Amino acid sequence: MNQAMQLETDALIVGAGGAGMYAALEAAAGGASVILADRSLIGRGGATVMAMMTVSAAIGAQCPDHWEHHLADTLTAGHGLCDEHLSAILCEDAPIRILEMDAWKVGWAREDGHIKQAQAPGHDRPRCVYVDFLRTGPAVSKTLRSRVIDVPAIRRIGDLFIVDIAVEDGVACGATAIHMQTGEPVVIAAKAVVIATGGLTRLYRRNSASLNMGGDGYALALRAGAQLIDMEFVQFFPIGHLAPRLVGLDPIMWDPFRYKLGGVLLNGDMQEFEQRYAVDGGRNDGTYVLTRDLATYAILKEVEAGRGSPAGGAFLSFKHVPEAELRRAFGPVIDTLAKNGIDLSRQPIEVAPIAHYHMGGVKVDTRFESAVPNLFACGEAVGGANGANRLSGNAITEALVFGARAGRSAAAAAQAARQRWKPSASAAALDLLRRRRRSGSANPAALIGRLQSVMMDKVGPFRIQAALDEAVIEIDAIARTIGTDPMASGAPFDPVLIDWLDLRNMVLVARSVAVAARARLESRGSHQREDFPGLDPRWQLNQIVRLTDGRLNLTPEPHSQHARPRAEVPA
Amino acid sequence: MIATLLIRRGTPAAAPVVERFDVPFAPGQTVLDGLRYIRAQIDPTLAFRFSCINANACKECMMLIDGKVAYACTTRLHDGEMKLAPLPRKALIHDLVTEIAPPDERLIPKT
Repeated sequence: MNQAMQLETDALIVGAGGAGMYAALEAAAGGASVILADRSLIGRGGATVMAMMTVSAAIGAQCPDHWEHHLADTLTAGHGLCDEHLSAILCEDAPIRILEMDAWKVGWAREDGHIKQAQAPGHDRPRCVYVDFLRTGPAVSKTLRSRVIDVPAIRRIGDLFIVDIAVEDGVACGATAIHMQTGEPVVIAAKAVVIATGGLTRLYRRNSASLNMGGDGYALALRAGAQLIDMEFVQFFPIGHLAPRLVGLDPIMWDPFRYKLGGVLLNGDMQEFEQRYAVDGGRNDGTYVLTRDLATYAILKEVEAGRGSPAGGAFLSFKHVPEAELRRAFGPVIDTLAKNGIDLSRQPIEVAPIAHYHMGGVKVDTRFESAVPNLFACGEAVGGANGANRLSGNAITEALVFGARAGRSAAAAAQAARQRWKPSASAAALDLLRRRRRSGSANPAALIGRLQSVMMDKVGPFRIQAALDEAVIEIDAIARTIGTDPMASGAPFDPVLIDWLDLRNMVLVARSVAVAARARLESRGSHQREDFPGLDPRWQLNQIVRLTDGRLNLTPEPHSQHARPRAEVPA
Repeated sequence: MIATLLIRRGTPAAAPVVERFDVPFAPGQTVLDGLRYIRAQIDPTLAFRFSCINANACKECMMLIDGKVAYACTTRLHDGEMKLAPLPRKALIHDLVTEIAPPDERLIPKT
């Protein structure tokens, strides 16, 4: 291996989804030179491009609204664990970003001359904007990408896999990466680093993630010395597509059609069942029968009782909807469905819970800085804003709002900082890459599959002590199998090396989720314990994960009930 | 059901070879499912690009399938042989991976 290629910038942004691209724009606007790096192609990987759904913001276009109302709904959904300062930033900045995106011609759906806002579960009024039909994510990605391209201060580099954040004297100062085409190491000196790598849902067998959502950013943050918060709270989306096989669409596509057309959930006996659980849980919100966590519970309980659909979920039926109305609501999507052999006027489809979003993440302050100076995070990589359960529509909002804020902060930090990077900051990561070898019978791609099964079966939507214990043991066994020296094939775009590096991150992050889930002896939001049903007020606290001398430490921390002044708002 | 994938493999440094993989599949499964099966079960060194897996959102899994440019994530597997090759008019990196990033988004700009 030759000497590593060296790059230098004010702000390094890791991940080029919605959050990363917004961070790049704002960092550049703040006067910083920027490297926007992604392991995939710029603006193609990550979650944003896959988001087919809605984006919440109190713009008041559909009916009068105020961000305090949005905040109230966000806090309610978060079951008492939201970091209220972050939630407030999310809701207060949302209209600014949504209208800015509108000015950039993202194409929010319109009605009667105004931006149309849909009612989504958990919101007290129509608040969610979208791009028809199911084009929200691709439109957001494309719009941001075309803005980013126009800014000379932003250098975009795809196929660049960040291995570790470089830290000098406890301060973030760049990163060590691998150029996927050549396999050569690259070091990047940066005055500020922003983690914008999205979530961790690839840890689960059934997920709506893209390839690069194995939680890289959480692992990068942990190894850099930052703290993670609320790692036990993984949101499962109740009606992810299950059968028949559907390609060319995001598996979580059914929700908006359910609101629009009133799709009916049926168990294997073709009986409706949601109402029963709504009564049990006492949580019928009137417009939408069950919130995400309860719908997940209801479907899995029906399956457990032997009343599942053939593929192991529930039926979702639109058979009561006239064909012309289906065509109007689904638009061109109906043709994609036809290509998959699905005719909604004749057959129900099967759905089941699917790992969808992570509430936990890097613990940051209101400048989006982590415990490591000059290391920032934004988007789904940040924990705290959504508490124990995320309100629908808040994910893209969070990407845009937190991306912009973190980008501004990174530019300010870069202005005040000097380049601290020196070879010692990248020495350990370069040494790791140097140790790669062609060896071993273990197949890292197969081990990723094994890890996904462990997480799905034992750290899934419903948890119990014995299974969580087993999960930790199995995760540790996988960690031992992969060892500390990278496996590699030695070829360009080395799939063995990339799978190994992914797995290195995934086992660390999976363990963080499992130990936090094992320690929380109550059920709250997306964290449901079979052995500790019901919310326990004593558990209104956050759990913090740190990596100290190579060991994960979990510590409870009192949940800060910030006294935040409320804005005066009409109801 | 078994699909036999005939995959053109190699790097620019050597003449390509065609390798044969038998992939069991259920109706509805795609070429990308087959490639991921091969990587996890048969040969972890097989290189191909993908990101969004099955949503056809990232558009990274484009390759030559039975002589036609197509997405691996939306092309269904079928019984019998299927020929896979890298995109013909893009620079080859390894196996089915080609250089598809815009020139100004590469670490080493096109010269």
